Amino acid sequence: MTIVVGYVPTPEGEAALTQAIAEAKKSNETLLVINSSKGDALVDNRYAQGPDIQSIEERLADQGIQHIIKQPVRGHDAAAEVLDAADENDASLIVIGLRRRSPVGKLIMGSVSQRILLEADCPVLAVKAD
Amino acid sequence: MDVWSSLMDGFATALTPMNLLFAVIGVLLGTAVGVLPGLGPAMTVALLLPVTAALEPTSAFIMFAGIYYGGMFGGSTTSILLNTPGESSSVVTAIEGNKMAKAGRAAQALATAAIGSFIAGTIGTALLAVFAPIVVQFAVSLGAPSYFAIMVLALLAVTAVLGSSRLRGFASLALGLAIGLVGIDSVTGQRRLTFGQPLLVDGLDIVVVAVAIFAVGEALWVAAHLRRTPLHVIPVGRPWMGKKDWGRSWKPWLRGTAFGFPFGALPAGGAEIPTFLSYVTEKRLTKHPEEFGKGAIEGVAGPEAANNAAAAGTMTPLLALGLPTNATAAVMLAAFTSYGIQPGPQLFSSQGPLVWALIASLFIGNFLLLLINLPLAPVWAKLLQLPRPYLYAGILFFATLGAYSVNLQAFDLVILLVLGALGFMMRRFGLPVLPLILGVILGPRIEGQLRKTLQLSAGDPAGLFSEPIAIVVYIIVAIILVWPFIFKLIRRNRPVAAFTGPSEQSARSEAESPAQAGDPTTTTHQKQEKP
Repeated sequence: MTIVVGYVPTPEGEAALTQAIAEAKKSNETLLVINSSKGDALVDNRYAQGPDIQSIEERLADQGIQHIIKQPVRGHDAAAEVLDAADENDASLIVIGLRRRSPVGKLIMGSVSQRILLEADCPVLAVKAD
Repeated sequence: MDVWSSLMDGFATALTPMNLLFAVIGVLLGTAVGVLPGLGPAMTVALLLPVTAALEPTSAFIMFAGIYYGGMFGGSTTSILLNTPGESSSVVTAIEGNKMAKAGRAAQALATAAIGSFIAGTIGTALLAVFAPIVVQFAVSLGAPSYFAIMVLALLAVTAVLGSSRLRGFASLALGLAIGLVGIDSVTGQRRLTFGQPLLVDGLDIVVVAVAIFAVGEALWVAAHLRRTPLHVIPVGRPWMGKKDWGRSWKPWLRGTAFGFPFGALPAGGAEIPTFLSYVTEKRLTKHPEEFGKGAIEGVAGPEAANNAAAAGTMTPLLALGLPTNATAAVMLAAFTSYGIQPGPQLFSSQGPLVWALIASLFIGNFLLLLINLPLAPVWAKLLQLPRPYLYAGILFFATLGAYSVNLQAFDLVILLVLGALGFMMRRFGLPVLPLILGVILGPRIEGQLRKTLQLSAGDPAGLFSEPIAIVVYIIVAIILVWPFIFKLIRRNRPVAAFTGPSEQSARSEAESPAQAGDPTTTTHQKQEKP
């Protein structure tokens, strides 16, 4: 069984990762870290670069957690990537970070978290940044 | 002084609130397209041509000039912060600029680029104001044969000197000249390349051609390569420079200006070659050779000054001779024609107020660009987060609207799509776009001069050589065309140990071997001379 965590280099993403590490330790499962981008802009600050990924890799290795880090750039949005990964690996849990959004903001921009919550086939753990 | 009073009149025109507003719009748009890789000032001016048809020509050209200069400023921001050149003229800036940014000196790199661009642009524009009238005085004495020769030189030089492959360049030029031929022959009234299609009789509208090749072609190309691994912009505060940076920057700025202006003014000069020359020079002259390759400020200051001075240089032949030397100038020449203004040496006398207002607006635009670029460069970099589907959807919308609005003919949309596909294929197979655009725009004008010459000489080709200037230009043309072959011959005759493979060496006769002793020095010299 696998725990899937949707990671972005923001406080919410860090909170999700920390929580996911704790969960993975508890149940001794493989942790699958997903950090994706649609790849249609030249610059995407939510797509982690080399050094960030390396430090996560080290952190996970230090804690002795079996892990896979994936950074798909296939033109799908983040929700689709996380849900795909959960389906493929028969995930037992999805961990995501939530950020504060006003109702209007959500109306215009949509919500990745909402899509994951509604469409996932497994339990979803949503955490907030401290 | 005549120049001085004309220039002051120009300032008076350019500083009216309306024209100032267009200058601001121009520099903002120009910086934006400069920052975004793939979008350039040529495409922007082409897209805006139909939109500005209702404006005063003076206002429109003030805006176009702002876009042109803005593009040169904006390109450096992307080069430095992302290591992706925003414009072809800031490729060299990326070499040292991005290294500086990675070493935490992005603020200084941006500052030296912006201030250097401002200084070079101002000096370049001043040189333009001084030299353009002199060139005009010389140019009015030229007859049709000399004009024909100079235009041939411009076309061949752009095709042969720029770009990686001469064959591709000439293929592109041939395409452009063919597109320029479509329509009625001006002398005999014969239909050419119309394929029995009555709508083609008037020729292809230059706006449609330019928009198709630049905007539609680029949009299709980006759509075909949409997804790429996203990058991060290197975070930076407000650009600033310390005393030491000023000390190390001012000489490269001036040297870059000295390289940029003449190269911009030459046919086929463009902004790429002087940036490279400036970089090589700074690398050789620097007191900090150890920093080159790790982020030397001279390597940013020189090339950035060079490309802005080149932009000013490009305006000289455009205004004085009606001769464009790069894509943006070519589209601006098309803009003159679409306003019914005859470009050429008469421009200064027939459209004096417009030309001087344009030159004055270059000074103003330069200053505005310094104001909006120096504190705001990091903000401009945020544009790079824009998802490109939205951006290119907007460009295609504008392109379609513009192409349709020129003649209100649905047929133009078909041409737009066909030529857009051509633009895409050219990018796919590595054909440079510039020779095509110059061919389309200069083709009919060059033909006019040729026809005039031959009519004057009653069809005798000897009439082409009837002016001394023409003969000198033809000699230069011959040198440009033959030079690569001579160069190859020289190389082949000198046994160059470093470059030849073992098979070639063994094929060489024993008699040549004594010469090899002195060879390594010649090799290094050649390398240095040819960047």
